[in-house]
Amino acid sequence: MHSFEYASPATLKEAFGLLGNSWSDAAVLAGGTDLITLMKEHLAEPKRVVNIKGIKELGGITKSGGGLRIGATATVDDLLSSALVRAGYPSLLAAARGIASPQLRHMGTVAGDLCQRPRCWYYRNGFGLLALKDGKSLVDGGQNEFHAIFPKGVAKFVSASSFGPALIALGAKVKIASSTGEREVAVAEFFKAPASETDREIDLHPNEIITAILVPAAKGAKNATYEVRNREGLDWPLATASVSLTMKGASVGSASIVLGHVGPTPVVAAAAAGTLTGKTITEATAEAAGKAAVAGATPLSDNGYKVHLAAVAVKRALLAAAGKA
Amino acid sequence: MPDYSYPPMENRRVIGKRITRLDGVEKAAGKAKYNSDVRPKGTIHAVGVFSPHAHARVKSVDTSAAEKAPGFAAVSVVAKPGAEVNWAGQEIAFIAADTEERARDAASLVKVEYEVLPHLVREENLAKAGVRGKPAGEQVTGDPDAAFSASGTVSHEAEYGIPVITHCCLEPHGQIVAWDGAANQIKYWPSTQTVSAVGGDLAKQLELPATNIHVHQDHIGGGFGSKFQSDVWGAEAARLSKKAGGKPVKLYLDRREELTIAGVRPSVFGKVKLAANASGELTAWDSTTWMTGGFAGGGLNADLLPYVFRNVANRRINHTAVSTNCGTSRAWRAPNHPQVCYITCAAMEDLAAKMKMDPVEFFLKNVDKTARADTYRGQILKASEMIGWKKNWKPRGSSPGTVKRGLGLAVGTWGGAGHASQCRATINPDGSAVVEIGSQDLGTGTRTIIVQVAAETYGLPMNAITLKLGDNMYPASGASGGSTTVGGVSASTRKATVNALDKLFAAAAPSLGVPADQLEAVDSKIQVKGNPAKSMTWKAACGKLGVSAIVETGANDPRNPMGLTTGGVGGCQMADVSVDIETGVVKLNKIVAVQDIGLVINPKTADSQVYGGIIMGICAALYEERVMDEMTGRFVNADMEFYKLAGAGDIGEIEVQFEITPDNDKRGVIGLGEPATVPTIAAIANAVANAIGVRPPVLPLSAKNVLNALHNTTRRFA
Repeated sequence: MHSFEYASPATLKEAFGLLGNSWSDAAVLAGGTDLITLMKEHLAEPKRVVNIKGIKELGGITKSGGGLRIGATATVDDLLSSALVRAGYPSLLAAARGIASPQLRHMGTVAGDLCQRPRCWYYRNGFGLLALKDGKSLVDGGQNEFHAIFPKGVAKFVSASSFGPALIALGAKVKIASSTGEREVAVAEFFKAPASETDREIDLHPNEIITAILVPAAKGAKNATYEVRNREGLDWPLATASVSLTMKGASVGSASIVLGHVGPTPVVAAAAAGTLTGKTITEATAEAAGKAAVAGATPLSDNGYKVHLAAVAVKRALLAAAGKA
Repeated sequence: MPDYSYPPMENRRVIGKRITRLDGVEKAAGKAKYNSDVRPKGTIHAVGVFSPHAHARVKSVDTSAAEKAPGFAAVSVVAKPGAEVNWAGQEIAFIAADTEERARDAASLVKVEYEVLPHLVREENLAKAGVRGKPAGEQVTGDPDAAFSASGTVSHEAEYGIPVITHCCLEPHGQIVAWDGAANQIKYWPSTQTVSAVGGDLAKQLELPATNIHVHQDHIGGGFGSKFQSDVWGAEAARLSKKAGGKPVKLYLDRREELTIAGVRPSVFGKVKLAANASGELTAWDSTTWMTGGFAGGGLNADLLPYVFRNVANRRINHTAVSTNCGTSRAWRAPNHPQVCYITCAAMEDLAAKMKMDPVEFFLKNVDKTARADTYRGQILKASEMIGWKKNWKPRGSSPGTVKRGLGLAVGTWGGAGHASQCRATINPDGSAVVEIGSQDLGTGTRTIIVQVAAETYGLPMNAITLKLGDNMYPASGASGGSTTVGGVSASTRKATVNALDKLFAAAAPSLGVPADQLEAVDSKIQVKGNPAKSMTWKAACGKLGVSAIVETGANDPRNPMGLTTGGVGGCQMADVSVDIETGVVKLNKIVAVQDIGLVINPKTADSQVYGGIIMGICAALYEERVMDEMTGRFVNADMEFYKLAGAGDIGEIEVQFEITPDNDKRGVIGLGEPATVPTIAAIANAVANAIGVRPPVLPLSAKNVLNALHNTTRRFA
């Protein structure tokens, strides 16, 4: 880790003044559960670290327009203990419980979860975000059991986000601010597959700070997340599915299905979700939707099993959302 | 010759009791000082520069920029120009600076030029190994070909594999070391499994007299067989200290380095064919196995196949050691045994399934092919009862539903006789009693059992004994490896304390008016045997010593342990698992272990040894795998994120059963660390095969490997 300047601003305005126009100028620290590791491994070398935990307006999980406002410094523990979340968002709770480390839940923030860099072992071992060697992918012919089954171009890592799929399925937005103003981006658009080494996996600029995540009202919609992990102990999911259903009586009015840990961004399975409209959720319809969700998968040499896991995760998330698990 | 034998079981007051370990609270409260916590005044910090290439020749090493870095203290170059490096992570240079961060910054300024050479880092495909594979000669007993083709014979042929795994010590390898150049004396605080010998090992590297090195260690955070040497980093840390004017140097490997270069367990892959006659008696075994222990690492003893069931009449063994450009193997808790146990017991379970036999029945049918038929028969029956085999076992693949339950068994063996050990027992005129021994407590309870033995001998409470260990100023005691410590230190302690007590009896005898051999030590008193009325307090007896303390030694000689310790045990474990066949995720419900054992000094710490051994087996069965990447030559999961170990929620219930009987007690003390971990992997793997109806041939039993087996594909999932 290189030496760096540390700042702990009390206001957003102060914080904006401490950020720069390049990622090497400054990094935002909230939970620090990823940033510190990145700095130790020299994968991030910011000249300045800006701690935003002291900015009061960024904290808390509150009601907002019938839905939720998850402040940028709200931790995974805050989310788990929030009565608002517990009342209507089982998909977020399940994603939070999947982070099976009290330390990470205590320190890590929900917004920070969206900003985590990939866990791809080529990236973490210093072979670059896209793991290209002489223009060739190390992932293709290498050790890719945990990599993407929905790669996008040269990006073959998987998004590490635990909350991304659930937030997308719920139609959430990310609120972003900089010295020049505020903008809102749908979480579905926030994730991007990088096309080059210098691209980022998220729609965030070095001079910006996420201020909150806005989740629409659940309003009787049913939602669930199912993660497949090897271990009960702390472990990255092999595949995740988050679903959100609005119901018309016993049948599905509209559905949203989002897969996690299968591509460089969460993968929205719109066609699969469409097949559920007007149907009741049964073992058979859920299984068919799961299969439809992975129909376009293009697995690598050693991760075909993840195609199967993603389909099973969709089936189980749908059954859980429908109360039939 | 004094009588060193232990009192009869029924008369023991301390030995055989469930005593809580003496350093438990200290460790749980974070007060225990490990050597990686030691910070002598003026400590500076060193880090290494390691080869990023799996195979290369060093062209040049330029440390000039590093030497100008802020805080720089000293540099030592290990790989000189022309040197060949044979694995990624091999040591190039070490740099010391005033802080660890500045040492890392300085190390990043070392410029090394390499000529990159071709490498091989994966061994699972023997054909690709080419000349890197060194076959051992074929061994044949009987006539295997005739036995396989005999009429009425059922045979089974399959492939099995266990990947390389690492020791993954929580406290990495390393040391604090201070070399006072003027006095030529070294103070050495290593993380070691051998306090008495590691100083001599360092002395040899530095070409110094062993007596010039003082070793001290109170606690160690895991070794498992990987911490016997002083290592390159030990010698280099010492040299850096000398160059820096004798300042203490702290040099510990970081997590990635620890997993990559500080030792691994060899893999094993193999093709096995075995056969039984119609009644289920094994008639033939034929295996072709291969493995890697790294570049020049130790091999696997394939001669142990078939494991435990040694007396199969017809047998053919072929084995090849593959040299790979990977970190070298080191002893790993029960070297060889877990691997050959898996190969053997998995193949046996598969043959039983093919013959539609209950594997318990199949194993029982073949116990006469082992060296201890009665022991294994009894253990298999006992373990069956504990796990409810009759009620819960179903023929392979017949468990209903999506989450399928399965049971599996395996058996193991180990030696575990005590190592050479010396102990010094001092009884002071004020009544205080000191035991000194150059041993180490690996976290197994060594401190506790030594004090129990001394307290038993003296008839004193445990808190009346002061134990000193973890220092090479005390009488030399063996390395803690091979489950040899408990037998060694208990025997030497018993002998030293009996010798000392005899001297105390001699001093007290005149006052009590009987010959010394008529005395006994009970309840903090020295008394005439069986007559508490004719007694004096321990303290009063010690007062008879005048000004001279009693100082006596005792030694365990492994060639003549005098009945205090022996080796040679069997063990049986059974596993109960649930496997979700849609996700391939294996959940451990329960493991039972019936462990052969001798005299048990402390049933509580003995239980813990078995828990620890089983937990290591669970990790290896379900999660652990060193993933080598052929393109980069790197160990890509050298972290604790993708190098997976079980968490508390992954372990399930563990039930341990010892046979603590007068007959076993007569065998003396036998080590337990190794045997407890041997059968676990195979028992779990067999339970998984029983549950899902097919054999995932290669471990770990990850979702990937289980699903691939279920869908009959090894690479691309159908």
